[in-house]
Amino acid sequence: MSSDHSTYQPTSGFGKWIDSRLPLPRMVHDSFVSYPVPRNLNYAYTFGGILMVMLVVQLLTGIVLAMHYAADTAIAFQSVEKIMRDVNSGWLLRYMHANGASFFFVAVYIHIARGMYYGSYKAPREVLWILGVVILLLMMATAFMGYVLPWGQMSFWGATVITGFFTAFPGIGEPIQQLLLGGFAVDNPTLNRFFSLHYLLPFMITGVVILHVWALHVTGQTNPTGVEVKSKTDTVPFTPYATVKDALALSIFLLVFAYFIFFMPNFLGHADNYIPADPLKTPAHIVPEWYFLPFYAILRAITFDIGPIDSKLGGVLAMFGSIAVLFVLPWLDTSKVRSAVYRPWYKLFFWLFVANAIFLGWLGAKPAEGIYTPLAQISTLYYFAFFLVILPVLGLIETPKRLPNSITEAVLAKKAGNGGAAPAAASPETRG
Amino acid sequence: MTQSEGAGEPTRRDFLYIATGMAGVVGVGSFAWPFIDQMNPDASTLALASIEVNVEALEPGMSLTVKWRGKPVFIRNRTDEEVAEAQAVALDDLKDPIARNANVADGSAATDIDRSAGEGKENWIVMIGSCTHLGCVPLGQAGDFGGWFCPCHGSHYDTAGRIRKGPAPTNLPVPPFAFVSDSVIKIG
Repeated sequence: MSSDHSTYQPTSGFGKWIDSRLPLPRMVHDSFVSYPVPRNLNYAYTFGGILMVMLVVQLLTGIVLAMHYAADTAIAFQSVEKIMRDVNSGWLLRYMHANGASFFFVAVYIHIARGMYYGSYKAPREVLWILGVVILLLMMATAFMGYVLPWGQMSFWGATVITGFFTAFPGIGEPIQQLLLGGFAVDNPTLNRFFSLHYLLPFMITGVVILHVWALHVTGQTNPTGVEVKSKTDTVPFTPYATVKDALALSIFLLVFAYFIFFMPNFLGHADNYIPADPLKTPAHIVPEWYFLPFYAILRAITFDIGPIDSKLGGVLAMFGSIAVLFVLPWLDTSKVRSAVYRPWYKLFFWLFVANAIFLGWLGAKPAEGIYTPLAQISTLYYFAFFLVILPVLGLIETPKRLPNSITEAVLAKKAGNGGAAPAAASPETRG
Repeated sequence: MTQSEGAGEPTRRDFLYIATGMAGVVGVGSFAWPFIDQMNPDASTLALASIEVNVEALEPGMSLTVKWRGKPVFIRNRTDEEVAEAQAVALDDLKDPIARNANVADGSAATDIDRSAGEGKENWIVMIGSCTHLGCVPLGQAGDFGGWFCPCHGSHYDTAGRIRKGPAPTNLPVPPFAFVSDSVIKIG
């Protein structure tokens, strides 16, 4: 796909010279200018581009913050306060970085939900999907370690609880935890290595993103119909169509991002993290950042032993399993039809899954007692049942709606229905 | 594997292939090990620090938290009621029936006497104050059993620091300690 659409024609002498030596301009042109995208992409498809921008924002702000930060338990907290008070524009850079992490996750969760709704993970895009899950895992590790660096109460106790997961594994658990911490408890060696790894991982993410985009450009994008591109009329060139659409969505996304930075910079954080870390005192209510809450709820939902597996190990396995199940999603969904638009039952279960995931997040922020525990157990059950029962069975028993013969046919039918008002290529798909 | 066709005898190339491959595996392994091992606790962390704590001022019903190996250690002079309450618990009611006490034989039953500082010092209890679930510091004299309660995920410990309810798998561990005099405890 990437080679048969090359329309790049170097005009200048230098352009011709470099094209026969290192055809980088050709690659950029073929990937971001003439690259054909389905003509019916809607705004849900703009989050890949948004995520790329967020990655760059995090890299840039992070690199400059590291110029002022000191990874030592004695001064880490003060160095962050110094960034906030003394460093020129330090407050802005830090708020961009802290809120940037949250908005990174907002975008990635929408991006994943879009992939699930339109069946983007199905053949031949399994590797593309798996690389995406790898990126998600790396993002989670990066965000977790970054949150430890300010060395506040939540930093310290979050690190204690999360590295404590490993002690659930019998025998090897404690040596692994000590290897990660560099001691018997979270302390200076832990902070130092987390800073080092927090700096490293975003570059690993960048590497996997390159593979992710490469895999995307091999198979081509999916689209809201789920029908593969069949002819030239099904596509439009990336520039200007997708470029402009991505840019508009990005602008709106960044506007919301900016609102948070300037008007509610601590809304997504925890007040406890402005208290310096105290190894002798646990905050009354430890909660992770919002983007980990659904997984935290799953961890806490397992309060009972499962055969030889005690509740602690069971919780940790369920939590890791909730991510691991995403790796095999392409093989769990037995339906031949990609898009939920043509799968009435899948559409229903998908939106239930989304609501359930948000509900799990809400439960994760609640104390683990009373009615919240059974609710979290029911929610966790649905989370896993969606992947392990509903998806495999639904593909076999569901009768999908008739698929359009091509993207063009679907677009034209829609335009006729809309009285031809919607401009081509920019017509947004009505949401689920 | 790479035997030259026809001939059953391994050639010199086969030998070099296997020998180089093995040297490569050993080389990569031994090269990687220092990079992994450097993450383990270093010598200064491993040096088993011991601390001495003066507990003279602790009246019955009072507790003290000290830091040992980066973790809090609870020292409590229990009231007689708390001791009686802990002694009255049947071993069958315990989620973890093992004492988890570094000062008694491995696998000893979690009786109150083997959780405490021993004969004549039954009122004293010394434990690492790190919840065996995920390492939060439990709150003292709280929870359903009047002992300790971990606010993070709701583990309840009784007045002898034994897990009774909640996700924690084991009793709060008792570190190696001894009374060096009537009023001084040496931990570690």
